[in-house]
Amino acid sequence: MNVSAGMDVKANPDVAASAAAGPILAVSNLAVSVRTDDGEREVVSGLSFELERGETLCIAGESGSGKSMTSLSIMRLLPRPGARISAGAVHFGGKDLATLDERSMQAIRGNRIAMIFQEPMTSLNPVLSIGRQLIEAIETHTDLSRRDARQRAVEALKAVRIPEAEARLKQYPHELSGGQRQRVMIAMAIALAPDILIADEPTTALDVTVQGEVLELLRDLQREHGTSIILITHDMGVVAEMADRVIVMRNGRMVEEGTVEEIFHAPAQRYTRELLAAVPKMGDGSARGDVEPVGSISAIAAVNDLHVRFDITGGFLGRVTHRVHAVEGVSFNIPASKTLALVGESGCGKSTTAKAIAGLVPFTGSIAVNGRDLAGLSGDARKAVRRDVQMIFQDPYASLDPRMRVGDLVAEPMLIHGIGSKAERGERVAALFERVGLEPGQMELYPHEFSGGQRQRICIARALALRPKLIIADESVSALDVSVQAKVLDLLKELQEEFGIAYLFISHDMAVVENISDRVAVMYLGQIVETGTRDQIFGDPRHLYTRRLIEAVPVPDPARRRGNFTRLVHEIPSVTRRVGDEPQKLRLEDVGDGHLVAAGTGMVG
Amino acid sequence: MSGRSAPDIVAGRRPVKSRPGVLGRLVKRPLALLGLFVIVVVVVSAGLAPWLTAYGPDEQLFDGLTLQGAPLPPNGQFWLGTDLLGRDLLTRILYGARTSLVIGVVANGVALLIGTLIGVIAGYYRGWIGSLLMRFTDLMMAFPALLLAICLAAIFEPSLWIVAMVIAMVNWVQTARVIYTQTSSLTEREFIDAERTLGASNARILLRHILPHLLPTIIVWGTLGISTTVLLEATLSYLGVGVQPPTPSWGNIIFENQTYFQAAPWLVFFPGAAILALALAFNLVGDALRDILDPTQRGRS
Repeated sequence: MNVSAGMDVKANPDVAASAAAGPILAVSNLAVSVRTDDGEREVVSGLSFELERGETLCIAGESGSGKSMTSLSIMRLLPRPGARISAGAVHFGGKDLATLDERSMQAIRGNRIAMIFQEPMTSLNPVLSIGRQLIEAIETHTDLSRRDARQRAVEALKAVRIPEAEARLKQYPHELSGGQRQRVMIAMAIALAPDILIADEPTTALDVTVQGEVLELLRDLQREHGTSIILITHDMGVVAEMADRVIVMRNGRMVEEGTVEEIFHAPAQRYTRELLAAVPKMGDGSARGDVEPVGSISAIAAVNDLHVRFDITGGFLGRVTHRVHAVEGVSFNIPASKTLALVGESGCGKSTTAKAIAGLVPFTGSIAVNGRDLAGLSGDARKAVRRDVQMIFQDPYASLDPRMRVGDLVAEPMLIHGIGSKAERGERVAALFERVGLEPGQMELYPHEFSGGQRQRICIARALALRPKLIIADESVSALDVSVQAKVLDLLKELQEEFGIAYLFISHDMAVVENISDRVAVMYLGQIVETGTRDQIFGDPRHLYTRRLIEAVPVPDPARRRGNFTRLVHEIPSVTRRVGDEPQKLRLEDVGDGHLVAAGTGMVG
Repeated sequence: MSGRSAPDIVAGRRPVKSRPGVLGRLVKRPLALLGLFVIVVVVVSAGLAPWLTAYGPDEQLFDGLTLQGAPLPPNGQFWLGTDLLGRDLLTRILYGARTSLVIGVVANGVALLIGTLIGVIAGYYRGWIGSLLMRFTDLMMAFPALLLAICLAAIFEPSLWIVAMVIAMVNWVQTARVIYTQTSSLTEREFIDAERTLGASNARILLRHILPHLLPTIIVWGTLGISTTVLLEATLSYLGVGVQPPTPSWGNIIFENQTYFQAAPWLVFFPGAAILALALAFNLVGDALRDILDPTQRGRS
């Protein structure tokens, strides 16, 4: 690990001088304006803060709080021509970045201040190999030869713990997993040993276990190079884990600033307290009351030995050469008016299972809803079953037709199934709107005129329109802000009590799952590795994978900061297999009271 | 967990007021209004041609030529001048508007319809239906359009409606290609999946959810197609397989007179300007319609 050796190449007298004097970056009275229909609107106003050398500053806030705008204005990457810095100064190395010309700014970007973005796939160029992108970034800012630049790139990749760094240089972004891509982005950012690293939601798009790893990596790098980090996140768990100091933002203004201990243990402002209260915490779910043992209530949905496989054809004749074994022999029951949570990391087959139940992908095995088996049904009967099963998707904006009024969208399921007259449907939609916390007057608006949480409420209203027995919620709260998330979860619980709906709740977020579920099934590589009641899974996890998932959740308490995350040495294996190379089927063993655990290597205790 | 959870944002963004209809919003845009005006003028004058002019379209006027037999430039009696046979150009353009409207609107519309239908079906169902339809489209694309038009026109007795049909047959291909690509990416969108889980039928998804998203593309191709088809008709007429003389169309007026372009430029200029004005007018209205019919653009213009 020799990345820091390159630092002296571009040692800058300005920085050296100012480093001794005080903060490396000082933002004073920053204001950012965005042009809208009704003139300019300030999205960030009067923001002042300082960043010390080697410090991690977290800017926390919900969407629309102006935290990303702040980071973009430090980099002077505000979307043009809509947004501009309208007032204030950003002092860095004796210069004011707010007024610096574009040319000098280019010399600073990447070199002195680096940035990593939320979505690693979109911030890497998909048609260039990662090696080329890394080497080019190094060559742009230094006068190293191609060979030295390459050497530096390999070192940077090693620094972010990418195995076989040399060979990886030739790979393209799509050949890497999400976590690896984000590590490449970090490698790119640190290859030039910048003074400041701005990370805008760096782990939001990643799985929990990978998230821990990436955070740990950032901490290591900071320790070694003394880089200052500005970490922008909505996740208070990440804040507690990483921050030295915290700035809480809301509506473009700083609400509160303080050390991480102050913010978490003695928040001065009401908003900070509310924000912290909304964070789902592990070990918080006991309020849900006792869960009856299985079998005592009738199952509303029974899934038995479900398989979903996708063929991959290849070769000249287009024969099937590989299969994606997305779901491999999954069985579970969902009791009436209870919640079964399906958890696991991306690619484990939980969404595919949901889609099979919703009738979106072909499957083998049996799925029975309300006593009727889906497999053998034809047209009309299948449509009748559709009434009992509704789905709420992850992204409420993507799952609402943007060209239809929301009132029509909610009325549509009734129209499809021929329920009621036009007037009756209108009344029902108005009632549903009120029930989910929207105003009936908003029926005439289009989806883009609502906030994320409101859109998800529209999706819930639409799912309720047919009075289903089962609602499948596929990561339905993952895309929402914490405070909104908490309200939507409350709404879901209320609706369950009121209408007796069963939920299949799919999530990667263990804290949310603990809050809402009655029963939990943990999926890994298309199979269930552990299933039981919520208390069994969270109180006494028996499978290694379940334990790792639970441990990976950042705790929103700086006092309980973990020293080390368990590092994943190897990547999760692929579910794509050659034809004839069937995956080994896991055998579930009962360890007491219906708590089933996959027998074999992963089982503990 | 008592009581109902509070909404995230209290109160709607704005009071709901009744919105003006499509036409009402169209006339609020000056450019669209101009386009609409031109289209109305062309349609009305085509319809009222016999009452608007004192001459017949095929009438060879004695005083329509100079003593040397040359056509007259625009003057007080013949506003747009006369052509080589001494016919009044204004009259011919007015009557020609009928032909050109049929070609530009009907033939182009049929082409658009076929293209959209094939594109949507191929894009939505894919599989063997999709491949079959798209390979057929490729085949049609590979065929020289003019040659095909000549063949078709030669088989049937040339008449205005046959020409319109021929033009429709060769002009749907590009639309089908573009619509196919768009439909297949729309089909992958999550809201289509969401509709499926509600139990929506294919027809419902296609008509209510996919077609509205294709509208902008259809409008753009439709307006672009107008000038192309009017000129294709002229080409066919020139080759003798289009509208038969002496029936006027804007295209064949240009082609009849193009060799005299230097001596009598008005004979090419006026019908050319008429085609341009009509195409432009449809473009303006089409652009405005595209914006008005897109609810996601509201409040952002």
